[in-house]
Amino acid sequence: MNNWSNFTKGFIKENPVFVLLLGMCPTLGTTTSAINGLGMGLATAFVLVMSNLVISLVKNLIPDKVRIPAFIVIIASFVTVVDLLLAGFLPALHEQLGLFIPLIVVNCIVLGRAEAFASKNSVFSSIIDGLGMGLGFAFALLILGATREILGSGAIFGYKFIGDNDGMLFFVLAPGAFLALGYIIAIINSLRKA
Amino acid sequence: MEYFVIVISAIFVSNIVLAQFLGVCPFLGVSNKISTSVGMTGAVIFVMTLATIVTYLINDLILVPFDITYLKTISYILVIAALVQMVEIILKQVSPSLYQALGVFLPLITTNCAVLGVALLVIQKDFNLMESTVYAIANGIGFGLALVIFAGLREHLDMMNVPKGMKGMPVALITAAILAMAFMGFTGMV
Repeated sequence: MNNWSNFTKGFIKENPVFVLLLGMCPTLGTTTSAINGLGMGLATAFVLVMSNLVISLVKNLIPDKVRIPAFIVIIASFVTVVDLLLAGFLPALHEQLGLFIPLIVVNCIVLGRAEAFASKNSVFSSIIDGLGMGLGFAFALLILGATREILGSGAIFGYKFIGDNDGMLFFVLAPGAFLALGYIIAIINSLRKA
Repeated sequence: MEYFVIVISAIFVSNIVLAQFLGVCPFLGVSNKISTSVGMTGAVIFVMTLATIVTYLINDLILVPFDITYLKTISYILVIAALVQMVEIILKQVSPSLYQALGVFLPLITTNCAVLGVALLVIQKDFNLMESTVYAIANGIGFGLALVIFAGLREHLDMMNVPKGMKGMPVALITAAILAMAFMGFTGMV
């Protein structure tokens, strides 16, 4: 597989959220606004790239039997790094994302890519794979976050465009997350079949 | 009375799946049949309670005295992974019948974010050991309640004539949205 298609597969063909349906917890939990979705997506992308890089470097040193715990430790280290960096430099975003930052550890996308790709491929293509998948995840979260923010509070990236009206609060609350994601996937499914 | 409030709010008011979005993966993944969802619920309640007690003690006795709480994420996930393996081995020896009922679900639980989520939440909420245990059990029940109801709905949904693009996950998500709306009715109860 060439590097370009390796990179772009995460965006549409194998998008982790819309097509593979992985990592649903942060997808639904953090996308109350476009900026939160993007922040969460980029934090996950960082962890994904770094863990793919390290795992593909050490893949020959880890005995096969203990590879999953070893992967988890590597991933958890980078999650701690992201957690501390966000708390230090972007405290407002850190506050908003809250519990979902440490929970990147159990995001199935990260462990899934480590197991399915980084443990079998070269360092360079693992980085490309992590970058593609991570940005694909961030892209999906940005779309869902923007949809919910536009419908829910009549704003985009915090910029209000419908005057004094408040929009449909429903989409910012919990049920709106399920509903918005359901309709987005339905639209993508019917476009793909057409 | 205190415990009663914790239990009611964990099960209904801020349901772990439908209001806090923890454990959504198994919620969507193993909700095709009521029988499997009941098995999953049993495994989750068991592991969640055990994991919360153990991680609480680790936090209280090791991480806080040595001032290394920044290692929380790493140590918790390792403890949970080890615990799940241990429970699997012990169950296999001690109670083969229980192992048969819960066995297939146990490996899935390591990556269930509800377990790690509850372990982190009890620290955030400043609960003591007893409150943490009750909170963990209640959240396990809350997870089970949402899962079993959803599985029941999906069993019926399978027999319905759903529009083409909506088949499978989209209609399941929209059903989950309606279920979440129903649970929102509990808001303000405690």
